[in-house]
Amino acid sequence: MYKYTIKRILLMIPTLIGAAIVVFGLLRLIPGDVCELRMGGEGAYVDEKAIEICRDELGVNDHPFVQFYRFAKGFVVFDLGDSMWTNRPITEEIGLRFQLSLQIAIMATLVSIVISIPLGTISAIKQNTWIDYVVRTFSIAGIAIPSFWLGIMIILGLLITTQAWFGIAWMPPINYISPFEDPIGNLTQLIWPALATGYRYSAVATRMTRSSLLEVLREDYVRTARAKGLFEKIIINRHALKNAMLPVVTVIGIEFAFLMGGLVVTEQVFNLNGLGKLFVESVTNHDYALTQALVMLVVLIFVVTNFVVDILYAWLDPRIRYS
Amino acid sequence: MNTFTPKFATAVALGATLAFSAGAFSVGTAASAAEKPVSGGVLQFVVGSKIPSYDGHRETTFGMIHPIRPFYSLLIRVNPNNAQSTTDFVCDLCEGKWKTSADGKTFTFNIRKNVKFHDGTPLTAADIKATLDKIIFPPEGVPSARRAWYSQVEAVETPASHTLVIKMKRQLSAIIPALASPFNFIYSEKDIKDNGYTWHTKNINGTGAFRFVQHQPGAFVEGKRYEDYHLKGKPYLDGFKAISAPKMSIRLQAIRGNRAAAEFRGFPPKARDDLVKALGEKVKVQESDWNLIMGVSPNQKKKRFQDQRVRAALNLALDRWNGSKYLQKIALIRSVGGLFFPKHDLAAKDDWLKANVPGFNPNTKANREKAKRLLQEAGRPDLKVTLWNRAVDQPYKVFGTWLVDQWRKVGMKADQKVVPSGPWYAGFRKTKDHDVTVDFNAQTVVNPTIDVSKWICSAGNNYTSCEDKKTEELYFAMLYETDAKKQYEKARAFEKYVLTDTAQWIPGFWWYKINVHRTYMKGWSIAPSHYLNQHLDQVWIDPKLR
Repeated sequence: MYKYTIKRILLMIPTLIGAAIVVFGLLRLIPGDVCELRMGGEGAYVDEKAIEICRDELGVNDHPFVQFYRFAKGFVVFDLGDSMWTNRPITEEIGLRFQLSLQIAIMATLVSIVISIPLGTISAIKQNTWIDYVVRTFSIAGIAIPSFWLGIMIILGLLITTQAWFGIAWMPPINYISPFEDPIGNLTQLIWPALATGYRYSAVATRMTRSSLLEVLREDYVRTARAKGLFEKIIINRHALKNAMLPVVTVIGIEFAFLMGGLVVTEQVFNLNGLGKLFVESVTNHDYALTQALVMLVVLIFVVTNFVVDILYAWLDPRIRYS
Repeated sequence: MNTFTPKFATAVALGATLAFSAGAFSVGTAASAAEKPVSGGVLQFVVGSKIPSYDGHRETTFGMIHPIRPFYSLLIRVNPNNAQSTTDFVCDLCEGKWKTSADGKTFTFNIRKNVKFHDGTPLTAADIKATLDKIIFPPEGVPSARRAWYSQVEAVETPASHTLVIKMKRQLSAIIPALASPFNFIYSEKDIKDNGYTWHTKNINGTGAFRFVQHQPGAFVEGKRYEDYHLKGKPYLDGFKAISAPKMSIRLQAIRGNRAAAEFRGFPPKARDDLVKALGEKVKVQESDWNLIMGVSPNQKKKRFQDQRVRAALNLALDRWNGSKYLQKIALIRSVGGLFFPKHDLAAKDDWLKANVPGFNPNTKANREKAKRLLQEAGRPDLKVTLWNRAVDQPYKVFGTWLVDQWRKVGMKADQKVVPSGPWYAGFRKTKDHDVTVDFNAQTVVNPTIDVSKWICSAGNNYTSCEDKKTEELYFAMLYETDAKKQYEKARAFEKYVLTDTAQWIPGFWWYKINVHRTYMKGWSIAPSHYLNQHLDQVWIDPKLR
């Protein structure tokens, strides 16, 4: 087990180096640079010398090897440098948005769990009945409807219905309210993106719960439990559902990691200043430093998550560590 | 300015906009002036762009002007009570009217006494000199985005503690509008000396109507009333919050849902109509011509666009007068004009354009026949042309689609390639392998003799790859002309050379600015640029309407 863990840790290093090279190279293949966009992006007159000074200040004119060395060194010593657009420390830029993204990810996950597990279970128990069909339609719709579209519809729906019912159009706040300052205000703002994202997310989990539970319900030990005369409720809750949850938990865990940086469009729709919006802005601004840092952060999260999962699997199944 | 009531606006929604000229009128301003401003309230508005730094001298984006400008004052500014005027400038930190010497080469400004920076430091002429020196004569390595505008300034002097003198190398009518640039934030000499030239990129200490409270990057900027503001009784607002909202739909819904009172850049006509339809009298619409022209730069690095006849054919194919009628319903473009802002005295009259510039003659059929003939003569009857365009709907893609359609009407094989902003810029600034690109010239204060410097072949923002010394000769002859009548004639000579003789650039349309804001926000009037009139010291909130 010890050797296996060391081996897995060492394998993370080439993965990170490979990702760093790919990210660095791909970003520089995109034509244009941050100074041109920052100073000339609106068509106003700008002194060419000012653009050159900007390039020198940001190191855009440096040789790519020098730039890569700077980036790699910064990553190793946990100094991600400054954003090329705002000149603020990247750790500060990420830190500002982390709380919001984390909160939405948690809320969307809760929404997803609350919807998916009961619905998936009912659907499996009532297989091929009208209830099953309704749940399956609901979950397929969740996969088919993009969460950003649902977000737009939620905002428009709120505006239209509140105006029609109360005479005043209401929409969620557009700047972040911390839960520590105003929990109600925070909830009125974030519940809507959490619902929009959680619905799509729940659709995947509902289908997974249903199929996993159906599989477990056909296992021999469930049949044995039924033969022993156990109540169906006890069979489902104690024996079937617990075992069926393993793949569901895996799906929920992976989705949670994705939500941390992947709410790109939903954050735009609800004007949430999260990591997804920061990602989009850094790419459109050609902010190499920030994009590289964000991509590497996501890579690191996935590599570490995979590592933890691998170790857990090895711990759960001894055959894995020898393979 | 075109200000109208909801009923009127509904008519607009039904297409009545055609009935109006692009001319400004001032019903709203007169009405606002009659009302007594009320103090109090916090103004929330949305901003569609981002803040790169707080230093106005190095930046060029409205994304920093809208939230940061209220913290600073200028030496002079566009008259906030007459923002539509292209020639009305008034003192901000100076007082009275500045004196101009008999030879027109020296300007003397009396600087206001009892003005204090937000940190308590008293303002003197030395602060303004330090600021202007940073803008006009920046030390090596210090960026100043508009330095070239002031190339004819010889020196900035302070003969007394509250007297500022600007000496010119030669007389230049463009200098006063240039000094009124909204980016010319006045800094404290102490801050520059003690903290260096980069301090203002991350710190704010001005004399503006509002004090900086906080900035959450990507989220909002907050300011509160500066009690010692030099214009007594102002500002009226307790504070403001500028909320970052990059998506237009959010900015629109924010006004609808009353999360923001205004957006100061501008909405397309459809968005205006939607808001007016939904909110009726709760919103007010202000409209104005916009100091921003959109056109096309043929790339003369490409052999087929080196032929003047081909470039002229591209121009002749466009039916601008009819195009304007339809495009203004769906996009924020409207006026047909030459290179000079149509509402300025230096702008060419329509009759002159129709007679002298290809494609401006209303006889489209004759224009297109001529275009076909020119293409035939150039040996390219079925010219292949790919338009390099920006992946932004308003109004780039709308304009690009219209252009492609127009060119196809004279037999050209036209299409467009739409790319994101970064590659789009790189295409015409670096790689230069495109055929023709959508191009634009966006300026702040209307200052036509400087604004048209784009069309000098050697200008950094000229993307035609032309090589022609004569553009410089004609341009500088116009720029340095001191007699208004002669300057007008020289402006025509320059314009005719660029648009007709060399057909270097193809004008499209001037943009049209549409601002919809909550009726309870008062005291703000639209200017011909989204960079102007954003100091917010005149803005107030009417509690009765909130």
